[in-house]
Amino acid sequence: MDRIRAIIVKEWREVFKNKFVFFTVAFLPLMITALPLGMIYFATGSESFAGVTAADLPPQFSAMCGELSGGDCMMYYIVTQFLLLFMMIPVIIPMTIASYSIVGEKTTRTLEPLLVTPVTTLEILVGKGLAGIIPAVSATWIGYLLYAAGAHIMVDNPAVVGKLFDPLWMTAIFVVGPLLSVFGVSIAVMISSRVNDPRVAEQISGIFVLPVVGLFIGQTTGFILVNQQFILWMAGILLVLDSVLFYFAIQIFQRETILSRWK
Amino acid sequence: MMNNEPIIQIKNLSRSFGDILAVDRVSFVINPGEVFGLLGPNGAGKTTTVRMLAALLEPTSGEAYVAGFQIGKEDQKIRRKIGLLPEAPGLYDALTAEQNLAFYGAMYGVEEISRQIKHYLEFLGLWNRRHEPVATFSKGMRQKLAIARALLHEPEVLFLDEPTSGLDPQAARLVREFIAGLKGEGRTIILCTHNLEEADRLCDRVAFVNGHLVALDSPKVLRRKIFGRKVVFHLVEAKTEFTQVVEPFDFVSEVQVVENKILASVEDPEKNNPEVIRALVEEGAEIQFVGELRRRLEDVYLELMKSAEGSNNG
Repeated sequence: MDRIRAIIVKEWREVFKNKFVFFTVAFLPLMITALPLGMIYFATGSESFAGVTAADLPPQFSAMCGELSGGDCMMYYIVTQFLLLFMMIPVIIPMTIASYSIVGEKTTRTLEPLLVTPVTTLEILVGKGLAGIIPAVSATWIGYLLYAAGAHIMVDNPAVVGKLFDPLWMTAIFVVGPLLSVFGVSIAVMISSRVNDPRVAEQISGIFVLPVVGLFIGQTTGFILVNQQFILWMAGILLVLDSVLFYFAIQIFQRETILSRWK
Repeated sequence: MMNNEPIIQIKNLSRSFGDILAVDRVSFVINPGEVFGLLGPNGAGKTTTVRMLAALLEPTSGEAYVAGFQIGKEDQKIRRKIGLLPEAPGLYDALTAEQNLAFYGAMYGVEEISRQIKHYLEFLGLWNRRHEPVATFSKGMRQKLAIARALLHEPEVLFLDEPTSGLDPQAARLVREFIAGLKGEGRTIILCTHNLEEADRLCDRVAFVNGHLVALDSPKVLRRKIFGRKVVFHLVEAKTEFTQVVEPFDFVSEVQVVENKILASVEDPEKNNPEVIRALVEEGAEIQFVGELRRRLEDVYLELMKSAEGSNNG
């Protein structure tokens, strides 16, 4: 445990001195939190919600609104739209941190002295992984809490704000978020082993954020409905995916592999 | 582990990378407290051998034991017993010297880490710079810090890969003196270097490798094996006829006169020189002084590599 803690502290001391990494970790969650709050602010100021009925909303979504009026259901719809946006934070941040961390170790040739110590592959990966996952999950949770607080201030109906704490959001933020972080780290580890520039690693890793962006667009355009069942499926798939990816990440991080096959 | 058992034993150790055979059935032992030089041209398999012994790479075949533990089977135990200074210092630039060492202290589970850090940083003259980021350090300071890192957990075996490479003469001398000091502590040191003068000065024994083991012995014995022992008789005036005085001795071969010197290969100079000197004096030679021609380890190296290439081509 001491080794894992030491790796985490070392990673943070290193990567947060990089302005780009610091910017990503600090500003991405702020942006993602501010954007929906701004939308809610303008939506609450609009009178066009007054005449909204359940028929104006996707039928599956209306079912999720329960007792809410048409206008409140629309507000809930808007509030929920941004759920997937919050799912981007736990993918992007660990990818950025892990890319800079691993490629950085390669380019500065710090891996060999590290690998000659009794540290295990699992300890290195867990340490490096947590160094990316902890800020990402913290940023997601803080962002979510700020969003909830902002929504509480701006949205009149407490029932709409209460929806932000229903099982859908809880599962998304507290289960799917960390699972997405593990996904991000595992992908970054695999890509970082093949490239020698952290920006390239980050750009290639960025491809794996596209499914989340796709879901966001799909939901916004009405093709996909993010409900409890969807989130549970997502959690299940991610759990399997994470297990497989983490297994491959461990194989890639073997001393033998690093010194004989990494480029 | 200070006993008579070898601290490193290598038996027919080989390692391939795809079709390339980097290390070919190398066997040797290293004794505790020995400074052992691993010498050879680039691509000779020195680093691969060190990496196998440091439990970083697995051998393709053969076996090796380090501090009594078998590589590939007891790697974690080996890692606690060894320290490595790789060719590139590999320090974390954004961290201070102290943070770098504290990190590695945690990796090795060093108790009293602060005391160890202070000890080595003071010893290597870096204590006053301990709070500065390594990025601000000169190459020599980085190398010293990397040495401190390799010693932090007091390893029994220390692998040093080109420890003075790229250092200015003053820093290189300091590092060499430090290595000599470590030898005094009874630590086993495996030194990979291209600096043959350094190897000659520091190593008890050297192994010349070129994929396979070309030769292994102390620099002194290797010199004798390859070049014999050449004695130089400095005379006031070296006449050609003096060679006829020296040549008849059974224990003398290859006699030549160069300027005012007579050079002769003598089997056992300590025993045979008095006879030769006596004969020369009787013949009227005025001897100023007598010495042994010391071949450089570089000459041994070049000779060995030439023979190795010859046997490979032949």
